[in-house]
Amino acid sequence: MEIFDVYLLEAVLNGLLLGGLLALLSLGLNLIFGVIDVVWICYAELIMCGMYAVYYLHVQYHWPLAAAMPAAVLLVAALGVILHQFVIRPVLAAEPINQLLVTGGVLFFLQAAATLAFGVDFKNLGVSLPAVRLGEMSFSAARLIAFGAALTGVVCLYVFLNKTYLGTAIRAISQDRAIMPLMGVSPGRVFTITSALGGALAGVGACLLVLQYDVHPAIGLSFGPITFLICVLGGLGSMTGGLIAAFVFAQFISVGGFFFAIEWGYVIAFAFFIAMMFVRPQGFFKR
Amino acid sequence: MIGNYPLHLIILVLLWGYIYTGWSLMGRLGMVSFGHGAFMGIGAYTVVMLWNHFGVSPWIGALAALALAAAVALMIGYPCFRWRIVGHYFALVTLALSEVTRLVITAMRDQTGGSLGATPNGALTEGATVALGALQFSSKWVWLAIVAAFWLFGLWVWRAVDRGMGRLALQAISEDEEASASVGIHVTRAKLRVTLVSALMTCTGGVLYAQYQLYVNPDTVSGIAISLQMVFGVIAGGMFVMLGPTVGAAFTLLLAEGLRLAFGNRYPALDTTIYGAMLVLFIIFMPKGILGAAASLLRRPRGSP
Repeated sequence: MEIFDVYLLEAVLNGLLLGGLLALLSLGLNLIFGVIDVVWICYAELIMCGMYAVYYLHVQYHWPLAAAMPAAVLLVAALGVILHQFVIRPVLAAEPINQLLVTGGVLFFLQAAATLAFGVDFKNLGVSLPAVRLGEMSFSAARLIAFGAALTGVVCLYVFLNKTYLGTAIRAISQDRAIMPLMGVSPGRVFTITSALGGALAGVGACLLVLQYDVHPAIGLSFGPITFLICVLGGLGSMTGGLIAAFVFAQFISVGGFFFAIEWGYVIAFAFFIAMMFVRPQGFFKR
Repeated sequence: MIGNYPLHLIILVLLWGYIYTGWSLMGRLGMVSFGHGAFMGIGAYTVVMLWNHFGVSPWIGALAALALAAAVALMIGYPCFRWRIVGHYFALVTLALSEVTRLVITAMRDQTGGSLGATPNGALTEGATVALGALQFSSKWVWLAIVAAFWLFGLWVWRAVDRGMGRLALQAISEDEEASASVGIHVTRAKLRVTLVSALMTCTGGVLYAQYQLYVNPDTVSGIAISLQMVFGVIAGGMFVMLGPTVGAAFTLLLAEGLRLAFGNRYPALDTTIYGAMLVLFIIFMPKGILGAAASLLRRPRGSP
């Protein structure tokens, strides 16, 4: 095989791994939009909180990662519930754009509060995982773990939504919000549970990201936008669409970054998004 | 005589007030854009790059920037309005636009200096305070006059839009697009017109910002952070009254500076923390902003609750 093709193949495979991670990140946001009809602009900042939680529990308080990570997931899930109860619920009846904006305020708050509490320096977990070699190609083990965990998360969520009573209630309420109270499902409770679930997914994303990237207060801005765009590209609220969009985006970033520079990969991905919005504004799959 | 520091604050309030006013032209008519960072970035970088690399005077550069901003606004606006991309979707498409601009500027690091930013080449010779051709002035009073003129121009545009038929059409559109199209309003054209005005105002704001600060950075003139800053500055002040955006600019700036003076640099992000928390409270309890709430308080007849 030509050396060039090996690197291209490596870029494609790395894109696949990145796609898995992006798919997981967009999953929680998609779930919340599908059920509550609200976009959490501050979703990536919740992930940042989770990353800080893992960092501090592990590095400062010497918890083993196996304990620090579940604790971080629970913490972010709790944050999700708090966000819903105190910020989203008061504006549920207001104009939809206000719901978007109010979570934008939370974005500012969390980002600044993190700067205030933890400082602006980059914090590294200090766990280095070996690279996995496959022929002439090498992949970071953290990415492989993230990919595996992301796929597991997707499957678990799918089973939960389709096979359990609660999951069925969640799906039902996303289809018809008016009729479900008549069927004996309390929307308030379903919303709270969904927020916890969305938060927990953000927490899982945080655990996977903290293995690969340093934590800093502005980290949300670096992958927040791409997470929303994936959800919109896939069709807001559509899980399948989100998954496909995540892999498409990741390929643009990885292969585009391979041919040019990494920023150009993002530019191509975003330009593709804008173009797709004009062709198919409802996303790949309409809910 | 006012000292340099208060003068600097007044200049910044008027400059941001002008930019926020430009944003509100769209925002208050139902087009919440997260992409105005793109227009500001285009304004700031086009002028500085043309000056630094080709020696083109910022006067010409500003024209080039306006042309580019107009082209981008039409390129994004036309399909958005033609295919009815509104609300959430419009906000997110424009968000992608502002990120594209930031990333393009960062990626062209050989020309733009990447995320380190760029400084326009100095044109002020020893002893001179004015370099008219290079649009560089060392006197803050000159800048005050310039930004005050632009700010007044912005208010005039606001009033002109407010009084024109276009505003009624756009208000109808923001309530119900299909119905307004059925009574003969050309939805796409009406929206494009106000978008163009808004984008060009933001672009000139970017030019002024670059020439005043004599420093540009992709993260402070483009991208999601600055776009959100515009949206939220306007929300804090109130986007439905003429002076609302300016009040928002003054409020955010004075909050930041006040806390900086009170605590020094010990708590670097305290202002944004408070600001973020206040924004959340504003949107929940006072969605019309400071000035909007004050105005409706005054308008309420006496005796009624």
